[in-house]
Amino acid sequence: MDGSEPGDGQGFSRRDFLRGAATGAVVSSLVGQASAADPPAPSASAPIVSGAVTAQLMVNGHRLQVVVEPRTTLLDALRDGKAPDGKPIDLTGAKRVCDRGACGSCTVLFDGKPVYACSVLALDALGHAITTVEGLGDVDRLHPVQEAFVQHDALMCGFCTPGFVVAAAGLLKANPHPSPEEIRRGLGGNLCRCGTYSRILEAVAEAARTGKGA
Amino acid sequence: MPSWPKERRLLGTRVTRLEAPLKVAGRAKYAYDQNLPGMLQTAVLGSPHGRARITRLDLEAARRMPGVKAVWTGGGPGRELRHHGEMIAAIAAETLDQARDAVRKIDIAYEVLPAVVTEEDSMAPNAPQLVREGNVNVRNNEGRGDVPQGFAAAKAVFEGTFRCRVVTHCCLEPHGAVAQWDGDRITVWATTQGIHDVKDGIANVFKVSPANIEVICEHMGGGFGSKFGLEHEAVVAASLARDAGRPVKLMLERENEQTTAGCRPSAVATIKIAADESGRLTAFDATTYGTGGIGGGAGFGLPFMYRVPAFGRKHSDVRINAGSARAMRAPGHPESSFLMESAMEGLAVKLGLDPLDLRRRNLPADSLWQKQLTLGAERIGWPERLPTGSQTGRLRVGYGCAVTGWWGGGHDSNARVAIHNDGQVEVWCGTQDLGTGTRTALAVVAAETFGLQPHDVLIHVGRASYPPSGSSGGSSTIGGVAPAVRTVSETVLGQLFERLAPALDAAPADLEVAPGVVRVKGKPDQSLSWKDACARLGAQGLSAEGAKDKSLAGGGCNGAQFAKVEVDVETGIVRVRKMVALQDCGLIVNLLTAESQVYGGVVLGIGYALYEERVLDRDSGRMLNPNLEFYKLAGPGDMPEIEVIMQDLPERQVIGLGEPPTIPTASAIAGAVHNALGVLVPSLPLTPANVLAALGEV
Repeated sequence: MDGSEPGDGQGFSRRDFLRGAATGAVVSSLVGQASAADPPAPSASAPIVSGAVTAQLMVNGHRLQVVVEPRTTLLDALRDGKAPDGKPIDLTGAKRVCDRGACGSCTVLFDGKPVYACSVLALDALGHAITTVEGLGDVDRLHPVQEAFVQHDALMCGFCTPGFVVAAAGLLKANPHPSPEEIRRGLGGNLCRCGTYSRILEAVAEAARTGKGA
Repeated sequence: MPSWPKERRLLGTRVTRLEAPLKVAGRAKYAYDQNLPGMLQTAVLGSPHGRARITRLDLEAARRMPGVKAVWTGGGPGRELRHHGEMIAAIAAETLDQARDAVRKIDIAYEVLPAVVTEEDSMAPNAPQLVREGNVNVRNNEGRGDVPQGFAAAKAVFEGTFRCRVVTHCCLEPHGAVAQWDGDRITVWATTQGIHDVKDGIANVFKVSPANIEVICEHMGGGFGSKFGLEHEAVVAASLARDAGRPVKLMLERENEQTTAGCRPSAVATIKIAADESGRLTAFDATTYGTGGIGGGAGFGLPFMYRVPAFGRKHSDVRINAGSARAMRAPGHPESSFLMESAMEGLAVKLGLDPLDLRRRNLPADSLWQKQLTLGAERIGWPERLPTGSQTGRLRVGYGCAVTGWWGGGHDSNARVAIHNDGQVEVWCGTQDLGTGTRTALAVVAAETFGLQPHDVLIHVGRASYPPSGSSGGSSTIGGVAPAVRTVSETVLGQLFERLAPALDAAPADLEVAPGVVRVKGKPDQSLSWKDACARLGAQGLSAEGAKDKSLAGGGCNGAQFAKVEVDVETGIVRVRKMVALQDCGLIVNLLTAESQVYGGVVLGIGYALYEERVLDRDSGRMLNPNLEFYKLAGPGDMPEIEVIMQDLPERQVIGLGEPPTIPTASAIAGAVHNALGVLVPSLPLTPANVLAALGEV
């Protein structure tokens, strides 16, 4: 994600600003709610929004209406967010583990590139294609990386697994034929506590070998 | 009389996990993933101090915050807080952000008290006493034989002091629960190693009939020993849910998880060990201590693994201002192993013996360990090992080994098995799958018994309303649940044979199953397909519930591990190049998941050897690394080649496996580092700082 930052020194905090780069998308996607119905006058670079607003995210190829605050992370929007009618979004595949970009359990694809969903604001995802582990494949039509994880028993408790699967899918998309060292590095942002690494590395190597990873 | 089959079709083969597709597709629902209608979210205020007394606590402003529905507190002014993170209050609100906002509005003041942060400070004569019974509990003087005589008779004596630091479980799914009341009924979604214990705890705390309690744990994100019984978090969640009249989710945030949800205690030992001319141990003496935090207990056994005719031991459990220890994967054992094997390393040098030989000479000659040591030495390349301390370059290669043992006998367990008239077999067992593959193991056992495929069997685990089964601790699960399912499946199969005997024109005892068919023994053409056979059962099908036959479970498993490392003596960095892990667990139920358990044990051991340490601020007792960036877990890039060699010994029945493979890993690595450097690094983890200090470089 390389959205440019708004100018410093305007007294914005994570809590109450939207980044300028997303302005166009924000204005067209926000549906007035609560205080957002009466937003402060936007500056040239960034409209200020506070309180709950409805945003339209593109997740797994679908438009998703979700009520968020400016501070809501993409991870929280996916896991805990609700549609305007109160229905839970309930995309709980991405896990909240460290909530600060250290463990990779919340990895999603952002325009095809793996990112930590705990470290992206939901409103920064406006106008970008988000793919969660649920979007890669379902139980009866698994993505080749998912299938390789199953066959190699590259999971135990399974809590880190969605993050690893998404990171591996992102890696193979960018580099369909990674060396073992490139796989290690590509998955270096993810942690597992059960100790499945050897089998994860085997699974990803096999998904790459069969050329079906991407 | 139930028994394991002589010819195994599925047992001991590699079967992929039943729930694997759910987990890789992100559809497996953990307690943390529950999104119940109307559910509230909870944020927790934990103590920011290692030791303090609350002098003011006013929750009114917090209660008035938007979205707040219920507030819990464990006590106000006068309450002494005795470790960082200790739960002070919890607030349930419509959203997690609202709950966090409200926690920030709690008006609280503290009198900071002097914290006791190290074991040595706690044992000092003038230390502040943290509990009425005192900081130090001396558990004196186990022993056997004539220790002075043993040392006098020795050819070589080695003395040294070794230390294991506190490490934390780091369950990726934190501790917590979701609780929902419906009148006087309650449902708890728990992340737990013991659903029945949670049920029992809820019944006691909330005075609810067990008949009105359901506990659900379909999947859980790691426990490693830290998730037994009714956890405080579940009590608070259920209290908040009762007060709010709404379902409540309370999952600890990472900082609270790391500071309060358990740890492996520290272990320090000053050891004197001796052996005679032939390398046989003659005497062992140790003065030891360790801390399990404010809870105190830090037990570990010494001497460990090797037989010593005479030994003495004096141990102290020491309290400090830190979160309490909980059982952690083979509690006490990796500590015992590192302390003992380090002393064996030192003794081998004194004796001028190959350290592998020293181990061999102190293990029973006819034991499985001897075979494992032979095979492991071959696989790691032990003959290429250079004498300890003989290398002079910057990068030095070392080889080490250690042995492991564990009881792993099975707990009590019931199961219920049904055959439906469409041929579907269904199994219920009130156990929980920690990620060890329990669900799949049950499917393997049932499918083996009925001549089916494991993925065709419907397995139900993870509900306290299912037939009772023990908590998952001590590697006791597989030896409980696999025998239970085998026993009851054989009962149901007997009923099936009774029903089919007339149609097949044979006595029930003459019937058998083969893949997909029921047939007369020795007359393969006198058979019915499984579907046709079951179609004769009518609407009620067949079912039975019962307890396990204890003869199907064994106990006592052996293992050995070897490490090859490379140490950079300029940076102090240790890289593990290869691990070989040899392990037996009696009759293997599922080879694929059994191997995974061994990989997992080794990886946990690598972290214990090289990276992990709870770091407390020396003055305040605050944990400085209550997160996953400064608390260092091994990652994918740290993985050596790991070779797992399972020994299948079906005559020994089914034995648990989760814990033994993590016991010897750090010891084997430390032995390899000793071999590379010629000096013992006395303290885990083997960080660059500790390695360079041992080399006299810092």
